[in-house]
Amino acid sequence: MSVLIRGATLVDARGVHGVADVLVQNGRIASLGGGEAGRVVEARGMLLLPGFLDLHAHLRTPGEEQKESLETGLRAAAAGGFTAVVMMPNTRPPLDRPEAVRGVLRRAAGVRGARALAAAALTKGQGGAELAELRLLANAGAVLFTDDGRTNEDAGVLAAGLRYAAGLGRPVAVHAEDAGLRGGGVVHDCPLTVALGLPGNPAEAESARVARDLEVLRMTGGHIHFQHLSTKSAVRLVAGAKKKGRRVTAEATPHHLTLTVDALKGLDPLYKVAPPLREEVDREALIEALAEGVVDVVATDHAPHTLAEKAADFLRAPFGIPSLEVAFPLLFTELVEKRGFPLVRLVEALTDGPRLVLGMAPLHLEEGAAANLVLVDPGRRQAVDPARFFSKARYSPWAGWELVGWPVLTLVEGEVVLDRLG
Amino acid sequence: MRHLLDFEGWTEDDVRAIFETARAMKEVLARPIKTVPTLKGRTVATVFFEPSTRTKTSFELAAKRLSADVVSFSGQASSLKKGESYQDTLKTLAAYGVDAFVIRADAAGVPHQATRWVDAAILNAGDGWRAHPSQALLDAFTLEEAIGPLRGKKIAIVGDILHSRVARSNAELLAILGAEVWFAGPPPLLPRHPFFGARVTARLEEALKDADAVMALRIQRERISGGLLASEEDYRAGYQITEDRLALAAPGAPLLHPGPMNRDVEIEGTLADGPRSLVLAQVANGQAIRMAILYHLLVGGGS
Repeated sequence: MSVLIRGATLVDARGVHGVADVLVQNGRIASLGGGEAGRVVEARGMLLLPGFLDLHAHLRTPGEEQKESLETGLRAAAAGGFTAVVMMPNTRPPLDRPEAVRGVLRRAAGVRGARALAAAALTKGQGGAELAELRLLANAGAVLFTDDGRTNEDAGVLAAGLRYAAGLGRPVAVHAEDAGLRGGGVVHDCPLTVALGLPGNPAEAESARVARDLEVLRMTGGHIHFQHLSTKSAVRLVAGAKKKGRRVTAEATPHHLTLTVDALKGLDPLYKVAPPLREEVDREALIEALAEGVVDVVATDHAPHTLAEKAADFLRAPFGIPSLEVAFPLLFTELVEKRGFPLVRLVEALTDGPRLVLGMAPLHLEEGAAANLVLVDPGRRQAVDPARFFSKARYSPWAGWELVGWPVLTLVEGEVVLDRLG
Repeated sequence: MRHLLDFEGWTEDDVRAIFETARAMKEVLARPIKTVPTLKGRTVATVFFEPSTRTKTSFELAAKRLSADVVSFSGQASSLKKGESYQDTLKTLAAYGVDAFVIRADAAGVPHQATRWVDAAILNAGDGWRAHPSQALLDAFTLEEAIGPLRGKKIAIVGDILHSRVARSNAELLAILGAEVWFAGPPPLLPRHPFFGARVTARLEEALKDADAVMALRIQRERISGGLLASEEDYRAGYQITEDRLALAAPGAPLLHPGPMNRDVEIEGTLADGPRSLVLAQVANGQAIRMAILYHLLVGGGS
């Protein structure tokens, strides 16, 4: 089926290209100059962007489908304008065997939604002690290796993993927190949370681990990717390593870019996340780092749990915030609209930024490009309503926030996977 | 006052109003028949997810003295792991028509969460490390009885400050009453960031010097197993309140302890039972303060 998207303003990582009539045929952009199509979409005033790639999402499959399934997770992604999602391997069991990676990719291929890409465990059982079968996992389709959800306490194992992964052309993504400094911390360690009587997780748990890992990288070479950076000091360390030419990339999440520890005043475990929400200076540093490219990528760390689990007390509730469906309108509203953050940079951080981390070619709006597209409506102002999420996690820290820039049409290789045009 | 979660938004007048009611309740407790019909027909539920004898008994007796119906639920923190939740428990009890919940939990914030789950007054009887407002009220009330108004007075609180809801609530309340609070303890048991304006020191002598009152906190054995404290002996050597050390404080400065006490750990045994100890006065005043709190929450007497 062919689609003609007429009158939208084209924006990709290269810049804002003005208005065009984009013809999609056979899964590709056939023309930027209009043409005959089975369906015509009038998109005047809207923005047409390359589909987003999320480097970091927990789709909980296999083993925890009560929290999210491939069906709900990949449809939620499509609803958020993501046309591809890297699934984290901290499933039950973890994705540490090639047949497990093949199995979940096969099942995901049957879902009408975003395309699924798999991250595989760096170590067996994500135990941090013995490397997983990285070559076989890469052959099975793993695009990166990570023990996300756990921290890599043994630097020797991480060093071996970085060297092995480099030979396979894959990055190693790390959840950079020193487990000892973090201790039992459930919130950022600062005056507010000390007064709240919750165990604190200091900023130094992150920065000390980033510093260690950068030293390991100096020794091994290879490519390290820092997941969900949350502190000003860690951002500085990454900036320094990049200046020295090391192969380092980093991501920031929608929650660390829009929320701070102040959200914890009501003691609601909805805001319990790892790493924790930090202070305003950290949030400002992250936004600046994202603008400058020190932070390469916006990744969601979409981490759904059941509502009952998140309604436990603050010590027992699990860590995680779901955000696939709100990430773009949230950042478009809070960063681009409200504070003039460059739109092109935000688009890059959701498209070519993550593609580069994975060694994929850029995706631009040009004839012949794969038709992974999202049409967003900057004029559509709508409150976040978790009851209408595709995700099983029907709650949100941003519930009730009035946002603009909602995705209205998402195409994966030319196929419409989200349609809010009615 | 709809709930008592902590002292956020409280003024000195709010505290004085509670103290005034507590004095009236003490008179009731001095009578041969210690019951008044104030809360007849009202239902108070104590929901304790952490073992407690004193606070639970104190609240239940307080409610009964005011003629409320009292239901009591004791859960185990371990049962929370089996799928039973604070939320389910409270909603189930609320369906019986409870007017006030007195909640003790091992996690900070559960009383806050409870205000979002059930339509009843919530009294925080201690949530994790965070707050224990009825204890702070009875401590301040007892202190004022002993040494007069607390404005400008130096109060030393000694021990495991970091993990103590009593320390937090006392600091918050004593700041409202204009007292100067000093925390002292072994550095791993001190907060990295001070709270509610309290001064923090690892040097016991600095905190005790000219103090108008001294409060010792309970040392939990799990601090030793958790590696934050080497041994009871090591603690005693630096921080036990002894006759000699108490001599640094103002003459006659009283000694408090929220209980239960590890005799001869936090406080030298002879001191604990001596004339400067207010420990039993704290327990007795606890009942009157809790009657006053229930009265203000369920009957009114303030905004």
